[in-house]
Amino acid sequence: MSSPPPDKTDHLFSPVKHRALIIALSAAIVGTLAAGPADTVTIELPPETAAYKPGRNVELAQTFCINCHSADYTAMQPPMPRKFWEATVKKMKEKYAAILPNDPAPLIDYLTEAYGKP
Amino acid sequence: MKEAHTRREFLKQAAMAAGAGVGLLGESGRAETVTLPFENGVRTLAKYPQKRPMIVLTARPPQLETPFSVFNEGILTPNDAFFVRYHLANIPLSIDATAHRLTVKGLVERELTLSPAELKAQFETVEITAVNQCSGNSRGFFQPRVGGGQLGNGAMGNAKWKGARLKDILDKAGVKAGAKQVVCDGLDRAVLPDTPDFIKALEIDLARSPDVLVAWEMNGEPLPMLNGFPLRLVVPGYFGTYWIKHLSSLTITPDAFSGFFMSTAYRIPANAGGCVEPGATPASTVPITKFKIRSFLTSHAEGAAVKAGDAIKLRGIAFDSGEGITEVQVSTDGGKSWVGAELGKDLGRYSFREWTHTWKPDASVKSHALKCRAFNRIGETQPLEPLWNPAGYLRNVVETVNVVTAA
Repeated sequence: MSSPPPDKTDHLFSPVKHRALIIALSAAIVGTLAAGPADTVTIELPPETAAYKPGRNVELAQTFCINCHSADYTAMQPPMPRKFWEATVKKMKEKYAAILPNDPAPLIDYLTEAYGKP
Repeated sequence: MKEAHTRREFLKQAAMAAGAGVGLLGESGRAETVTLPFENGVRTLAKYPQKRPMIVLTARPPQLETPFSVFNEGILTPNDAFFVRYHLANIPLSIDATAHRLTVKGLVERELTLSPAELKAQFETVEITAVNQCSGNSRGFFQPRVGGGQLGNGAMGNAKWKGARLKDILDKAGVKAGAKQVVCDGLDRAVLPDTPDFIKALEIDLARSPDVLVAWEMNGEPLPMLNGFPLRLVVPGYFGTYWIKHLSSLTITPDAFSGFFMSTAYRIPANAGGCVEPGATPASTVPITKFKIRSFLTSHAEGAAVKAGDAIKLRGIAFDSGEGITEVQVSTDGGKSWVGAELGKDLGRYSFREWTHTWKPDASVKSHALKCRAFNRIGETQPLEPLWNPAGYLRNVVETVNVVTAA
């Protein structure tokens, strides 16, 4: 069994190809040594899937609460009475400087009805 | 065949350890879920960058809990399973470590501006194995329930942290007389301009203790982005709130820092137990600091079947704030009697400590309430009944796992 004759063109250029490969590899290695394997880390977060439960005044949560956090912040809370949601809205406004409606009552109503307990 | 069975059994147990049940993924096109064992405990499992599927507490900012079965895989928590907790949603998504700088300023002889490469080159590199735990780990179990991140027991992890001592960095800057605190900030920011930034302060003596690090590596790898790439504070024995991620500035101050996350949030009742009567409001509060002693059974999940007469290896973990675990006791009868467990390799006083205990379930008893409790060098142990505070911090009650005898 004789191997097929080498392609003349390929033969002619292969040392060059090898050199190019070696240069490329060296550059890669030098690059790694000089800069480290993970100088720049870039991530992409998965899409946000949680949404506010439908209900009266839901548009207030969708307009204001959602600016700073995903809806699951609200949804994970245990069933809590109105005073809890009142205190939470107050905390968001006074401690976290959240932009909220002038009259917070309809938003508190929504949170209590959608996520709270009577 | 046996292996396949064991594997299935393991998966079932792993699923159960994460919660009461696991949903299906794939064919239905619906997200996989776990159910943490408290009201409103259904959570989505999702894959985040550099992470395996994690329990999603919130998506924006990301808060990810470790599935509990991970703690039975080994004494170190893998980076891709380590919990994630952010406060503010404007988090860095791309960081060039060569351009990142840590500045040291305030009450110092000379201000420093250090790249991660300079930190590695100019200071002695040290490695320490330490638990990081969220202040609100286990908050979902509080009764009465309290607001906040409704976590199971998976907002903790144990890793080998490599970095430079904060003390050495401070010494190079030359801390002036009258320094009280080191105020620490990272790259994460709020969405709205007036929301307080997430900034924490370490008392100067703590900052100068030899175990506090500015770390760039975790378990032999660069920090994952969501765990603070390229630099984070490591404050062994202290709750995760102090372990600032994407660390970018240290300011030495003559006064106590009064920002929101020190003066209002992350505070516990000002008494030895950090607790009040359930439902009560504390008269005064102080910033949360160190972990309380805890232990967990990791080998068996709630409801697992055990074979009567077989020698069964119970296994788990224990940790405290760095005094050092000296003993773990196990009860297989709901706390009526206790026996000493065997302690595993000591990876250092801030690490999880493995414990094991061989047990032969009695065939005549159908359900066994398994408990474990740890003791440390200064004689601290865990309460048999849970303590309570309004923020849902510091849970360290003796936990119970019920297993069932199978024929």
